[in-house]
Amino acid sequence: MRIRSAPAITGIAAIALMATACTGGGDSDTEGGSAGGGLTIWTDAERAEAVEAAADEFAEANGIEVSVDTVAFEDMQGDVLNAHQAGNAPDVFIGAHDWTGNLVRNGAVQPIELPQDKAALLDETSLEAMSFDGQLFGVPYSQENLFLMRNAELAPDAPETFEELVETGTELKDAGDVDEVLSMAVTQEGDPYRMNLLFTSGGGYLFGRDDTGTWDPTDLGVGTDESIEAMEKVAEYGEEGEGVLRRSIGLENDAALFYDGDTAFFVAGPWNLADAQEAGIDYEISAFPGFEGGGPASPYIGYQSFFVTEGSENSALAEEFVTNYVTDTDFILSLYEIDPRTPVQTEALESVSADDADIAAIAEAGADGIPMPSIPEMGETWQPLGVAQADIIGGADPREAMEAAARTISEQIGE
Amino acid sequence: MAASGSDNAGAPDGAPAHPSTAAAPDRRRPPRPPLPGGRFARDGSLAGQIAKIGLLGLFTALGVWAVLPLYLGGNWLGIGLVVAVVGLVYYVYLSKRAVPAKYLVPGVLFLMVFQIFPVLYTMSTSVTNMSDGHRGSKEQAISAVESLSVTRTADSQEYVLTIAAIGDPETGELVFLLTDREGGTHVGDTDGLSELGGATVEDSGKVTDAFGYTILTPAEVNARSGELEEFAVPTGSGAGIRSSGLSTAYEGRALRVYDESCDCVTDTETGVVYTADDERGAFYDDEGGRLPQGWQVNVGADNFARFLFDPAFASSFFSILLWNVVFAVAVTGLVFVVGLAVALTLHVPRMRGKVFYRVLVVLPYAMSSLAMYLLWRDMFNTDFGVINQILGVRIDWFGSVWGARVAVILANVWLGYPYMFLVATGALQAIPRELGQAAQIDGATPWQAFRHVTLPLLMVAMTPILVATFAFNFNNFNAVWLLTRGGPLFSDNSTAGATDLLITYTYRLAFNEATAQYGYAAALSVMIFLIVSVISVMSLWRGKALKEMD
Repeated sequence: MRIRSAPAITGIAAIALMATACTGGGDSDTEGGSAGGGLTIWTDAERAEAVEAAADEFAEANGIEVSVDTVAFEDMQGDVLNAHQAGNAPDVFIGAHDWTGNLVRNGAVQPIELPQDKAALLDETSLEAMSFDGQLFGVPYSQENLFLMRNAELAPDAPETFEELVETGTELKDAGDVDEVLSMAVTQEGDPYRMNLLFTSGGGYLFGRDDTGTWDPTDLGVGTDESIEAMEKVAEYGEEGEGVLRRSIGLENDAALFYDGDTAFFVAGPWNLADAQEAGIDYEISAFPGFEGGGPASPYIGYQSFFVTEGSENSALAEEFVTNYVTDTDFILSLYEIDPRTPVQTEALESVSADDADIAAIAEAGADGIPMPSIPEMGETWQPLGVAQADIIGGADPREAMEAAARTISEQIGE
Repeated sequence: MAASGSDNAGAPDGAPAHPSTAAAPDRRRPPRPPLPGGRFARDGSLAGQIAKIGLLGLFTALGVWAVLPLYLGGNWLGIGLVVAVVGLVYYVYLSKRAVPAKYLVPGVLFLMVFQIFPVLYTMSTSVTNMSDGHRGSKEQAISAVESLSVTRTADSQEYVLTIAAIGDPETGELVFLLTDREGGTHVGDTDGLSELGGATVEDSGKVTDAFGYTILTPAEVNARSGELEEFAVPTGSGAGIRSSGLSTAYEGRALRVYDESCDCVTDTETGVVYTADDERGAFYDDEGGRLPQGWQVNVGADNFARFLFDPAFASSFFSILLWNVVFAVAVTGLVFVVGLAVALTLHVPRMRGKVFYRVLVVLPYAMSSLAMYLLWRDMFNTDFGVINQILGVRIDWFGSVWGARVAVILANVWLGYPYMFLVATGALQAIPRELGQAAQIDGATPWQAFRHVTLPLLMVAMTPILVATFAFNFNNFNAVWLLTRGGPLFSDNSTAGATDLLITYTYRLAFNEATAQYGYAAALSVMIFLIVSVISVMSLWRGKALKEMD
């Protein structure tokens, strides 16, 4: 062989290799396409097991393949949006209902028509919460809300009002039984999700609602007199007042204070249950009490839901999965087994409540709850409102702080 | 030292020609230097050839793998680019002429992929309004507006659906076999609804057999999902029967319709007309209300102008920039002073237990900084933190501007000085002790000896490291985010915190709960890139001057 031809031979051989690579790649591709196999579901790790079991059943019933991938829950929304833009989004994913507005404005999810017999089984508020512009965008399966967890040894009776809670807590503190009156995460940046309990009880509101009950982004309540008065009431318990609410209590230490017996009252969520049981505290669950003579302390209700992405290649199967499998009582119960949350499906809730007193108590504590607004404008409120609330608890003037927050929020919404 | 004449030896055409090649000049080709590797490279060993074939094949496969999705997406520019790169690689490795390129190509390709492309992408994003609600193209926005507005009509029927095809399941025309609530069966195609007779219907309402139609299996239906999404059985007045999953269908209507002639969207229910605004990338009505779905548009230098000239944003930007410089200078300076002081202390020859002390000093450096930051955060807690408890004070560390700033600097100096200690120890050991001793014999005090003899020598080695430390701390995201998250924030300006670095500020803009503003964040990133580059180049240049002076 002449030296000159060596590069040519190398080139031909490389092209031959390329050809095999090409057919190899092509084969696997057509396999995926023609069998209509790959329904892809994204879930967080906690629920992966239950979703996988349901997916297997679904796959078998329909003669297709289903793959379940795990994505961290806090990354889910961003990952889905980025993947959707890049054209490789999953067909179905689990998310929180308050993402709906943002998912819709990015055109990433598609509306779902839930057959009436399936819809009738679900809590009506949950379906309203999943709706945007009068359209349903996801199928909810569970809900979560804040509640008051109290140490039944230290405080045997559930307080009726917030004043009563403070009184009991202060007595315990003065007696040296506890260090803190109440463990409620305020954090340096504020926590409007938790603060909503006292905020609504004091008469404050975030967004108004129109006649049909949908959130009205033009009616911003943050800078109104009602909201300022509510925060003035909250400020009485802040660092310059009674010192019940403090910025030094945050998400990194709020639960520990309660588990260590340093406080008798704790603003908790369902995610705290497992640790509370492990800590061996004799706890009781009740609704968080509102101010005396004030409105009810409404916890925000968050719904966990299954979404179908827009433009999914397997949209028929994806829709079939969320409308018929996700609404199935057995499926919801299997999800509950692995990740205990309050089901929104009536049958499942009844069956769970009968066995699990905690779930029943949490559902009851959420009776006065309101679904977290899911309009995209909601995203603009968290930070300014939280900062204002933390500022007020630290001693800032409620009127100035709330009006400043209102200005920032309306500027950001206006953009 | 080499003579100045050979200084241009590095230039290719100045390279001394090898006698043997120079002796046989070719008329067409200029005399060429011998190839590195000599005869070996020409013939190539068998193993070398096979490895070459394998690598080239692998690279081509990579190219094919990259082209497939581009082809499906119709991105011809991308395909051209991939083909050009593959072609270039083939040319370089199969030709005998491009020898230097053989060494340069892999490095250049990696540089392009991992450095230049991301920078260019960030720059191109920085001149757009890319953010939530403005991610895709106008076509995508229009299709989202229309398809997301399909709702069930007020008195709509709900049907049990069986999807079938006329003839072949893969290519035959799609039809809906529908069973209404009363048990009546219909067949729907693109022309409309008609009665279906003689079908076998299950209890659930599903049709299991109908003459002339092939019932599709779920997998077959799914394979035609795209068609199905477009498919609707018209029922008059713009409404149609659409599928929802595999077994239900409902009558729905698109409430919002796009009209190309006026470039606007009309809401058929409320009658409101939303006109496209190509400068802001959304549909607006007369009163300024907009449809949620927008698209990405080019905004030119608006993002840059906003944080340089808009009073509200500019004040945040410049105060953050100032603090950012102060933070980076303070941390770098303190880390250097503390690290050097410790290194000098442990450099004293008569000191005992040096190894033990060195291990102690290096400990913070050996631990995960992530965990350490979180630990420091808890130690600074006003009510429960160790620091306040030990000192017996109630300093509001993270709630006050200077408390938070001091806390952030303290924690970072603690984490950073062991590194500087290690570097300084190494540099000190490279300086002959005799120099210091000679200075002392000449009558210099130890301070004078250090100041005029040791330090200048030390700085030659330390300057580049100080520049790198400065650049690192300028963008030290973890240092601030894990301790204070940029806070404290105050209600009068709740987007810019007292300890925010530009990078944490950018992160908050791009990824917090509010609307993700990628365009604006990208513009900030470009600014950070420019600032850090300018500072680094200037300091390195000064460092070089220092070296030459020496």
